[in-house]
Amino acid sequence: MNKILLIIRREYLTRVRKRSFIVMTILGPILMAAIFVIPIYFATMQDEKRVINVVDETGLFISKFSNTDNYNFIPQYTDLETAKKTLKQTEGYALLYIPRTELNVPTQAMIYSDKQPSLNLKNYISGVMNRELEKQKLAAEIRNQIRMINPGYNAVADTAADNLMSETILKNIKTDVNILTYTIEEGGAEKKSFTEINMIVGMVASIMIYMFIFMFGSQLMRGVIEEKTNRIVEVIVSSVKPFQLMLGKIIGVALVGLTQFLLWVVFTTILVGAFQQTFPDKFKAPAAQQQFVTGQQMQPQAIADETTANLKVETGNETANQIFEAIASINFPVMIVSFIFFFIGGYLLYGALFAAIGSAVDNEADTQQFMLPVTVPLILAIVMMQYVINNPEGPLSWWLSMIPFTSPVIMMIRIPFGVPYWELALSAVLLIAGFLATTWLAAKIYRTGILMYGKKVNYAELWKWIRYKG
Amino acid sequence: MAILTVNNVSKHFAAQTALNKVSIEVPPQSIFGLLGPNGAGKTTLIRIINQITGPDEGEVLLENQKLKPDHVYSIGYLPEERGLYKKMAVGEQALYLAQLKGMSHHDALEKLKLWFRKFEIESWWGKKVEELSKGMQQKVQFIVTVVHEPKLLIFDEPFSGFDPINVNLLKDEILELRRKGATVIFSTHNMASVEELCDNIALINKANKILDGSVKEIKKRNRTNTFELHYRDFEGDLRSVLNEKFTLVSDSRDDGLHTAVVKLPMDAGPNDLLAGMMPYTTITSLSEIIPSMNDIFINTVNSFNGGDPNDLLNN
Repeated sequence: MNKILLIIRREYLTRVRKRSFIVMTILGPILMAAIFVIPIYFATMQDEKRVINVVDETGLFISKFSNTDNYNFIPQYTDLETAKKTLKQTEGYALLYIPRTELNVPTQAMIYSDKQPSLNLKNYISGVMNRELEKQKLAAEIRNQIRMINPGYNAVADTAADNLMSETILKNIKTDVNILTYTIEEGGAEKKSFTEINMIVGMVASIMIYMFIFMFGSQLMRGVIEEKTNRIVEVIVSSVKPFQLMLGKIIGVALVGLTQFLLWVVFTTILVGAFQQTFPDKFKAPAAQQQFVTGQQMQPQAIADETTANLKVETGNETANQIFEAIASINFPVMIVSFIFFFIGGYLLYGALFAAIGSAVDNEADTQQFMLPVTVPLILAIVMMQYVINNPEGPLSWWLSMIPFTSPVIMMIRIPFGVPYWELALSAVLLIAGFLATTWLAAKIYRTGILMYGKKVNYAELWKWIRYKG
Repeated sequence: MAILTVNNVSKHFAAQTALNKVSIEVPPQSIFGLLGPNGAGKTTLIRIINQITGPDEGEVLLENQKLKPDHVYSIGYLPEERGLYKKMAVGEQALYLAQLKGMSHHDALEKLKLWFRKFEIESWWGKKVEELSKGMQQKVQFIVTVVHEPKLLIFDEPFSGFDPINVNLLKDEILELRRKGATVIFSTHNMASVEELCDNIALINKANKILDGSVKEIKKRNRTNTFELHYRDFEGDLRSVLNEKFTLVSDSRDDGLHTAVVKLPMDAGPNDLLAGMMPYTTITSLSEIIPSMNDIFINTVNSFNGGDPNDLLNN
């Protein structure tokens, strides 16, 4: 039996039998499920209602603040000083004060509160006031226009302009523009693209690769240190070449990682399936509505004719529908093949370096100084993620997705946005070249390092090891 | 014909020379002592023989063939820095190491069972290594070194970590292995065991081989023509009755038993000493002081280093 296979087998079996592996395999999917469930749980939790007292000297807005889930607006018909006192006595959350201005076009409001009021509240208030002011200005403008056509027009007596501004009309002209993006493919066919979904899929994939490299890279490093401190390494290298031992360890740990990953996928699928069985209504696909909604998109003016209630329902369905469409639009074969490739390639590239670090030190505490240059490119890749999402085609994104040290993380973000095959191939070739180079370099450090005890190693020393022959 | 021949092997590490044109020959079915102070280069030489590192110059021949990867199956190596995977079961680990030495799973299992029975440690098979004492671990380590029945065995400080009973058990095993045809290279600082076990030795100091040959021959070569004699019925100064060319090294008189150590010039023999003394004293015994390997080791190393050979004589 080939000796590398023996080493791989030992590394694999001892690791998957460890209690920590079994615990992680079970906890992983539960944690992942929790990531989805907990935000939903918190979102559905009711905040306690907060009381906002309103003193409106203009009288324009007082009736416009409708109570929300989180805030109750209570009009106060007193002066500011009294209202402030009342606020203290009634233990209200905040006092909104809109002062009268000369031109009767108020542009500011004050919030008095003993705590910093939330951004939410500020946004809500300014939204209400803006809308009301726009409406007032629009009505005034319409009156002016009518007066120009008809000089005898008595604006005060006419309520037509105000009627124009009635709630129903305002609601009907209110739109929520939803931009659909299409990518034109080479044949001229148009394909709908979904930036947000692409973003999430890419981010999840690249964060998983990042975590995998760190988790299993440091596991590999600890394995090398263990062999050194146990003093078994000299026994083993009298039977196998240090390079074989290193390679066997790297591959063995990679297989452990893949096993863990596959088990997570299986368990998560089972968990989600179980969840689906228990709460079937949350997963209803809006398949029946699909055609209808798509039809509507063709003629946007038709939407205006619909009643408000109807419109609301369809908007909800459309969002769900888009998610399904978006997921269907991702090129999954490319995505999965690339994920597995960059997953393994990235690990192999960094794994060799982690093994070399492990060989150079006597215990884990000494790894710090060598860890820095290895972790910096990985952390850089994660930091650059946001930038790459915003500019998946930019030159920096392009280069980061080519350099082997960052490409496993960055390329996974770019792929859902569509990457030409030649770029994927180039990045893959560079990654393979990269891990061959790091493995070659690591092997030189490793074969000297594993037999070196009780010596504080620095970079100059490592450089010397690299230059040793045979 | 030698089983192992090391020809002018040199090895340099950056600014430091670990081996400088060292040559040794190990005859088959013998026990060869590789001696030298700490840091002399013994471990480097052993690692070269095991193909863990390669020589910068020179060559190593195993049965007249230049070392090749397959030769690791013919060598069993017990390093000075040795250990086992602490979290792994003893039997599983022994199987793994035996298979790395080229044994099939079936053969390895069979042979290991035999050895475990011989050492009466069958009950440890399923235990984790960390549950064993240090001496117990050493026994397992010895077994995995010899289980693949190599032609050449290399033991680096094999007795460290063993109690005297187990040291004897191990010595017997080493002699038994030689009897069955194995050749043993034996590196140690324990000179008593060298005298007891070794047929030949090489002494390495500061990267150079400074002494080699058979133990008997080396001891003969290092004779100093010094004799110890017991005498009685003489209370005067011994110097006054000795030939003036003889050197009285020591003379002690306890409880009527007098002991003197006399060094003779090269042209004189014990008969000359006896003839000179007999008229004055009654001699009860006379014996030649043969230098121990310990003395030879210290003297040779010190004179090579330029120090006074007598400095550490009685350490």
